[in-house]
Parts: sequence; structure tokens; C-alpha cells
Amino acid sequence: MRLYAAVAAGGFRRYATYRTATAAGVFTNTVFGFIVASTYIALWNERPHLGGYDRAQALTFVWVSQALLASASLLGGGFQEELQDRIRSGDIAVDLYRPVDLQAWWLASDLGRAAFQLLGRGVVPLAVGALAFELALPADPVTWLSFLLSVLLGLVVGFALRYLVALCSFWLLDGAGAGMLSALLCMFFSGTLLPLNVFPGAFGEVARTLPWAAMLQVPVDVLLERHRGTGLAAALAFQAVWAAVLLAAGRLLQSAATRKVVVQGG
Amino acid sequence: MADAAVRRWGEGLRCYGLIVGMWVRSTMAYRLSFLMMAAGNFAATALDFVAIAIMFSHVDVLGGFSLPEVAFLYGTTSTAFGIADLTLGNMDRLGRRVRDGTLDVLLTRPVPVLAQVAADRFALRRVGRLSQGVLLLAWSLTRLDVHWTPVTVALVPLMLVSGAVIFGAVFVAGAAFQFRADDASEIQNAFTYGGTTLLQYPPTVFATDLVRGVTFVVPLAFVNWLPALRVLGRDDPLRLPAWVDFASPLVALGCCAAAALAWRTGLRSYRSTGS
Repeated sequence: MRLYAAVAAGGFRRYATYRTATAAGVFTNTVFGFIVASTYIALWNERPHLGGYDRAQALTFVWVSQALLASASLLGGGFQEELQDRIRSGDIAVDLYRPVDLQAWWLASDLGRAAFQLLGRGVVPLAVGALAFELALPADPVTWLSFLLSVLLGLVVGFALRYLVALCSFWLLDGAGAGMLSALLCMFFSGTLLPLNVFPGAFGEVARTLPWAAMLQVPVDVLLERHRGTGLAAALAFQAVWAAVLLAAGRLLQSAATRKVVVQGG
Repeated sequence: MADAAVRRWGEGLRCYGLIVGMWVRSTMAYRLSFLMMAAGNFAATALDFVAIAIMFSHVDVLGGFSLPEVAFLYGTTSTAFGIADLTLGNMDRLGRRVRDGTLDVLLTRPVPVLAQVAADRFALRRVGRLSQGVLLLAWSLTRLDVHWTPVTVALVPLMLVSGAVIFGAVFVAGAAFQFRADDASEIQNAFTYGGTTLLQYPPTVFATDLVRGVTFVVPLAFVNWLPALRVLGRDDPLRLPAWVDFASPLVALGCCAAAALAWRTGLRSYRSTGS
């Protein structure tokens, strides 16, 4: 356990090194926040209470999604390309020799990165959004704690999905296409482009049960206090179940993939 | 004098073409991967428009503009941006080259550095974004209910070319900035990707100060907003004089001059990391 804490701390420090890059990212997230917020104001002026959100809630969605964009890798990226490169180059053989669990190692490192980006790239855009617009941020500290727990579960779901995608490189070698597909699905079905509760009819129903919903839509709805009591427990359980299922699938695929490494002759 | 300048430009373009050709051949070594990436690039921007279409499933107008009108704005900026993104989009890798010292290699070759940086790792998959913009523009033209005159017809290609040049100048200026701040490449995303996202929506959606900013400071409004409002027969929210709608080519030239100056200054101030 201490080992994985050290790996996570390493991930945190690694991203904390690039301060200019972080500042540049904050600037870009904030600019996008203003652009998207303006379009949502126009949309909610036409249709107040669209998707069950009032205007302040819709704007909260915009700024929280900008705040989580880097941390949750909502537009793709993160550790996945690095792992794909190691698989393609064969360095993965070294990783497999190490007396650590491959999946847990990468999970710890990715959570370290996410923790830094949540602080470094999340706090400022959300604060700017709260100053510039009227947001529906909760006053209850318990809600904020549940939100952080929900974000953590969302991060694990996001990791588990991208781990599966990265492992595809064992078979595809060039994982860029699979990575692209995964980024697209994530961008659309997490609610990054448009909140999932605005998606129409049965399509929306399905979208809200897919694992990507656990990455952004559920955490935001927890923060907006749309899940209370048993509803909150159900929302967190939804995330936890997806996290467990996807991590388990990652293990299965990993064991199949490592057998493949041996077949290739290593 | 003029002859020498023309020859230099010709030489730069020829080298750009050669390097691009090399990267295209290299891309085609993984043909299936290329097809997937191009399709993905297309789908990424298409999904962007699906989000707008979903918005219009709930409303008839956004900021007073109908779906075909927004699609016209979307198509024009995406096409203009798509051209710039395809030809110069990889310039944001300059910071990486400054950091790891590989820019020095480019300086020793007898080829203009700008041409080398612009063609570096040329990404043919970006035709995906461009084709999505063109298709949407074509669709919007069949749906628009406007009175076409020879002037407004001519404005469409004019704004596409000027828009591409304006975005291209932003890419070059952004790359020049990376000589100074080598890991701040994400700032330019705010103006390139952020800019085209902004221009997809009608200006009436945004605060007047923001519209002023992209008209007078970073003149992105000339990519499509001002000429497109003329085509659509609408007033611009800043109430600028009518000739401004035709000023895009001039603004594009001005942007090029500013970007060239920034590039020269950046390149001259470059100090190798020495590693």
C-alpha cells in the first residue's frame, strides 16, 4: 500500500513540475467556460428548466465540467498514450517483471495526476465562473464531501475504461485509432458536450446508464443536490458498480494480454 | 528584390510540399490506422454539431438564429479553421522541440525554419475536420432562406480563404510565442479551437464586450461573423459601417504581417537549451 501511495505522490509531483503548462491550461479552460456558458444562457433563456436544470444549475454544470476536464481526462489523454507506447516498444516486458501489480501501479499514478489537476486546473476556473456568473453551488459541506467521493469514483471509472483501451495495443500495436474512438465516446457520453439530461427520449435514458455518465454527469448532479438520501447512495453505487466491473474486465484482458507477450517471445 | 522574395516563397512552399509528402507516405504505412484516425477526426467534429442539433431539438432559435443559419456559421468557420488546422495545425509542437533541443537540427538545414515547423509530422487525418465543415456548409446552403446576390455569393469563398489565413496567422503567432514560453502551447488552443467554437454560434449569444474583443483585439470576427451576417441579411450587434463586412481579406493580410513579425522576433530570440 505504501508503494502505491509513493507512486501516486510521484504522479502528483510529475505534473506539478510544469507550472506554465498548468497556467496555460487554466487560461484555456476559463476561456472555454465563458464561451460555453454564453451558449447555455441563450439555450436556457429560450427553454427555462430544460432537462430539469434552472439557469444557475446549467451554468454550474459548465464550470464544473471545465474544472474536471483535465483531471478526469474528459477529452482523452492521461496515462493511456504512455502505456500504449510502452506496449508498442516492448518496454512493457520490464513493467511486467516488477514485483507490483500492473493495473494498481497505473491506477495509483493516474490518481496522483488527477489529484494535482483537480487542484491545479480545477479550482481557479470554478472560482472565476462563480465570480462571473450566478452558480448553484451548495452551502452544505456534506454535499461537497459527497461530490469529492463521486469525483473519485468517476476518476476510477475513467481510468478503468482507458486501461481497457490501452491494453488493446497488445493486439493492434498502433493504438491511436482505439484511443481516438474511446476519446470520442467519452467526450459525448460523459456530458462534456451537452449535459446528458438534455439528451432526448430513449437515447438519453441509455446514455445515462453507460459508464461514461459516472465520470461527469453523476458528480455534477451530486454537487447540485439532485441526488439526496437513498438517491445519493444509488448514484454512488452506480459509479462503484461500473468501477468494479470495468476494473475486473481490465484484469481479465490483462491476463489474456500477458499470455500474448509470452507467445511473442518477449 | 521582388524576384528574390518570390523565389524565397517558392522555395519555402516547395520544401513544405516535400516534407508534407514524406509524412503522408509515412502515414500511409499504417493505412487502417489512418482511416480510423481520419474517421475519428470527422466524427469528433460531427459530434460537436450533434450537440448543437440536440439543442435545436428543444428550441427553434438560438440567439435569434435558426438551425440552418447556425449551420452556415458552423460550416464557414469549420471549413476555414479546417484548412488552417490541416496545413499549420502541428505548429504547436514547436515548444516540444525547443524543450528537447531538436529545433537546432531544423536550424542547420538549408530550408526555411517556418516551412519545416509547419510541415513537421503533417497530420493528414485532419482532412476529417475539414470535410465535416464543408459538408455542413453545403447542407446549410441548401436550407438557407436568403436572397442571394452576386455580392453575397462572392462573399462565401472570400470569407473561407480569409478565415483560413486569419486562423493560420494565429497558429504561426502561437508557435512564435512558444519560443518564449515553451510549455504554454495550450494557450493558443483558447484562440484556435476556442475561436472556432465561438464562431459556430451567432454573435448575439455573447456579451458585447466579448464580441468587441474578437473584433478589435484578436480579429476572429472577420473569419465569418461579419461577412456571414451580411450574407444572412442581419445587422451586426456592434453596428459597424457596412464596408467592414468586406474587410476580411485586408484583416487577413494584417494578421499575416503581425504573425510574420512575431515569428521573426521569436526565432531571433531563440537560445538553444544546449542539451
